[in-house]
Amino acid sequence: MTVKEIFETMEYGPAPESAAEALAWLVDQGDKFGHFIDGAFTKPGQAFESRNPATGEVLATLTQATQADVDAAVAAARKAQPKWEKQGGPARARYLYAIARLIQKHARLFAVLETLDNGKPIRESRDIDIPLVQRHFYYHAGMAQLMESELPDAQALGVCGQIIPWNFPLLMLAWKVAPALAMGNTVVLKPAEYTSLTALLFADICMQAGLPKGVVNIVTGDGAVGEMIVKADVDKIAFTGSTEVGRRIREATAGSGKSLTLELGGKSPYIVFDDADIDSAIEGLVDAIWFNQGQVCCAGSRLLVQEGIAERFYAKLRARMDKLRIGNPLDKCIDVGAVVDPVQLQTIKSMVEGNAVGQVYQPACELPANGCYYPPTLITGLETSDPLMQEEIFGPVLVSSTFRTPAEAVELANNTRYGLAATVWTENVNLALDIAPKLVAGVVWVNATNLFDAAAGFGGVRESGFGREGGWEGLSAYTKPKGKTKPLAKIEPVVGEGGPVDPIDRTAKLYVGGKQARPDGGYSRAVWGKAGLLGHVGLANRKDVRNAVEAAAGAKGWSKTTGHLRAQILYYIGENLSARADEFAHRIDAMTGRKDGAKEVDTAIQRLFTAAAWADKYDGQVHGVPIRGVAIAMKEPVGVIGALCADEAPLLGLVSAMAPAIAMGNRVVLVASEPYPLAATDFYQVLDTSDVPAGVVNILTGSHEELAKPLASHLNVDAVWSFSSSDLSAQIEKASAGNLKRTWVNNATAFDWSMDHTRRFLQAATEIKNIWVPYGE
Amino acid sequence: MDTQSSESPVRTAHLPQVTEPRNPGMDLDLDWVRAVQANTSAIERRAATLPGRRSVKKEYQAAWLLKAITMIDLTTLSGDDTEGRVRRLCAKARQPVSPDLLKALDMPPITTGAVCVYHDMIETAVEALKGAGIPVAAVSTGFPAGLSPFHLRVAEIEESVKAGAEEIDIVISRRHVLKGDWQALYDEMKAFRAACGEAHVKAILATGELGSLRNVARASLVCMMAGADFIKTSTGKESVNATLPVSLVMIRAIRDYYDRTGYRVGYKPAGGISKAKDALVYLSLIKDELGDRWLQPDLFRFGASSLLGDIERQLEHFVTGAYSAGYRHPMG
Repeated sequence: MTVKEIFETMEYGPAPESAAEALAWLVDQGDKFGHFIDGAFTKPGQAFESRNPATGEVLATLTQATQADVDAAVAAARKAQPKWEKQGGPARARYLYAIARLIQKHARLFAVLETLDNGKPIRESRDIDIPLVQRHFYYHAGMAQLMESELPDAQALGVCGQIIPWNFPLLMLAWKVAPALAMGNTVVLKPAEYTSLTALLFADICMQAGLPKGVVNIVTGDGAVGEMIVKADVDKIAFTGSTEVGRRIREATAGSGKSLTLELGGKSPYIVFDDADIDSAIEGLVDAIWFNQGQVCCAGSRLLVQEGIAERFYAKLRARMDKLRIGNPLDKCIDVGAVVDPVQLQTIKSMVEGNAVGQVYQPACELPANGCYYPPTLITGLETSDPLMQEEIFGPVLVSSTFRTPAEAVELANNTRYGLAATVWTENVNLALDIAPKLVAGVVWVNATNLFDAAAGFGGVRESGFGREGGWEGLSAYTKPKGKTKPLAKIEPVVGEGGPVDPIDRTAKLYVGGKQARPDGGYSRAVWGKAGLLGHVGLANRKDVRNAVEAAAGAKGWSKTTGHLRAQILYYIGENLSARADEFAHRIDAMTGRKDGAKEVDTAIQRLFTAAAWADKYDGQVHGVPIRGVAIAMKEPVGVIGALCADEAPLLGLVSAMAPAIAMGNRVVLVASEPYPLAATDFYQVLDTSDVPAGVVNILTGSHEELAKPLASHLNVDAVWSFSSSDLSAQIEKASAGNLKRTWVNNATAFDWSMDHTRRFLQAATEIKNIWVPYGE
Repeated sequence: MDTQSSESPVRTAHLPQVTEPRNPGMDLDLDWVRAVQANTSAIERRAATLPGRRSVKKEYQAAWLLKAITMIDLTTLSGDDTEGRVRRLCAKARQPVSPDLLKALDMPPITTGAVCVYHDMIETAVEALKGAGIPVAAVSTGFPAGLSPFHLRVAEIEESVKAGAEEIDIVISRRHVLKGDWQALYDEMKAFRAACGEAHVKAILATGELGSLRNVARASLVCMMAGADFIKTSTGKESVNATLPVSLVMIRAIRDYYDRTGYRVGYKPAGGISKAKDALVYLSLIKDELGDRWLQPDLFRFGASSLLGDIERQLEHFVTGAYSAGYRHPMG
């Protein structure tokens, strides 16, 4: 077109970013890549192609890792780890700082390579992905610097296996590698097979930074390589990707003692109230669902609009969609680029084509003839029961429904298996701050969307996974408490003989919903002490688990009580236990045959007081994120926690788990010590006299082995803990995969219950939700 | 846009009535005004990311910059303005780009959108622009503070129209906005519009003095309801003048007004826009938020004095490939 013609039409023209430098880098590497193991690139092996999704052109050939490659990478990481950890945080900080600087110096090369490989618009890789990558390394250089002073009880996990997705290739690498290295771990990372190139460029950067060999190892290949890493001799698996694969990893690592964090899918709600700045809310949707072609785990993909403004909102949204520019991702004037791969494009197409309800709107935009492109899509008039309102599409497709009241908005928003992120638009601060804590999500954005920063943790609840990346809260994913563990042997009940010690028969029952309940199965077992028969306890079965969980789930109100109130009740429990201290001490001694009952009771009272003390002091944080606003890291109760309590310390084990859990607002289903259950059944009388609301604490007795599975597989239980001396860790973690509940199991190692582990319990009993509130008038 | 023979300038200075029905205004709708929201943080984020989202290069950039010139209200509003100074400005308005550059770009002659002066310079400007098809705009109503007696402000408009101004840039009483007295603002604007008669009226909101973006949005709406042909950000005399966030708020108000009434109101950011790159960002903002129809001088103007010089340098760079120097371009 001539200048004169453009003067009349005022069209946008092409504004291509040059790919020359990035392509030259690929050529310099021979267009063929091996793995990065032990500080050097290996020779290319069995090859697969990496393509540019915008054109279909082959960018480079990569190597599918073999078992030997993975073994070599893990061995290199294992060898490098002790020295890397021992040289101390400040020394590691220098390397992380150097990496950050080097990425900054090569920022445009990274950005162009990312766009070539992934198909995301250059604007996003240049202005969002790569700056956030730098930020993550800078931030965690600081964390390495501070580790010894601020986390004196933490140590590295060891070798971390990290498997990352294709939607934010380098950014996800940064989220995984930076905190791992900062805390003294070494890593074996597998980028997604569609998008490995920036990881390989990162390997180059590691060499330039002089990073000791073996600290970072990168192996390429498909899911089979991921499976090898999961099975390898690593101490941790960190995975970001689909819920389906996350569930398989959960099952595969069950009982292995490997630490696990999962950042999985989502169907995040985007709620617009009628008093919102509608134009800004619509612009927010551009960043929510058309950012990175909607291939964002936390994409605001489920629009919920208040009924009164819905039609006007949709009309404005359609008009906005008409202005989106789709095309060559390297063009600086493009909003929506290419979907990562033909396979993903087909998935999106078939999901939308499979939907027969609602009204579908796609702007009349021209898509490039070649390459993986899908138009921005809005589907209005859907109901919760429509599959597209529930299933993650992972493409530029927004689905929508309406609501009437704030309460209904919350209900609809939470009507999902996922819980990654949520967005709320309202100009009413009361409404925003009321709604945000009620949304089941790891991240909530108020009047904004898709804000990320290294200082604020990111991660989900429910089937969106567990663990946080970023912030202080993210460090626990790469550390463990200092100290050595001892093996725990199975504790068998005393088998005795003779008549009852107490001539009056006492019937210990289950404690469910604030009431004593007979076991569903109608079976009991005798509990013996050295002196004779101490009594009988009910043998709970799966139906008792069901009833107990139902009671716990029903006691929702407890989570909304104040810390002050929960503290008062915990103190009251302690007071009442103290009043009966001698009786409990005798009972424990009679069951265990030991003489430390009095000490155990005294320590249990201490635990109750400590939990009471924490109930109103385990504060959240306000993160220093780089916006005019705050990211409030709120600590929320996990929900319903099922715990198999310690066998060896029948009262203290139970109280040590219960007290911090309920202090934080959780409701619990406790399975009492299997060999010595009578302390727990006596304890419910203490609960009964201490104003504990019905359903907050439920106590079952019986076989740990039998109760572990129904408890761990129950889809309405949010976390399961096991301190049982029966080795059930594998079984529990495997069963937990159903709803990806958080697990804390002992892996057949012993806890020293005389030590105060309250902080660990508090951490396990809470989830951190980051609520971003930008402000300004 | 009707292109005439290559000798005569392209008719860039369409007045709104040429192609658009003039905004007749409407009754004050306070429910609508009070329901308007403007979330500052979100608006700032949109404004901050816009330059990264849109890029216009090479011949497109040259064409867009030429278009920008046709939208400039070439302005002098200084206490030391003289007839000679105004005549020089008008000559520049007639021929804002040197003929050799236009020839290299294969473009017919263009002019700026208007010349903007104080009342006393209207006659000089009208005389100097005779036959050029460039309207004279006059700032009025006690510009810039707007605190002279109301009847004098109205009389000033009438005098300026009588003197030949085809466009009147009025200033609103900021206190009406700050006190939330929308009725008073509406009545004032309506009186100004009536005094303008056939001349077109641009309402200067002085957004830097309105306290919040929400106030900017509401004041924009009230002025349009009272019949403003254009809404304009600033006098150029406030400490904060045209900004992208303010512009976003005002053009979204224009869009809403058009959606509900069918009347297109023009937009004029003024003050602080001095770089060609800024002008391109503004044009992208208008194109994306309001649409192509607003990318014509009858619906969009830049109030600027030094912008033209930077655009001329960029155009020469496009033509020659070498960065230009200011002295190579005739001053206005």
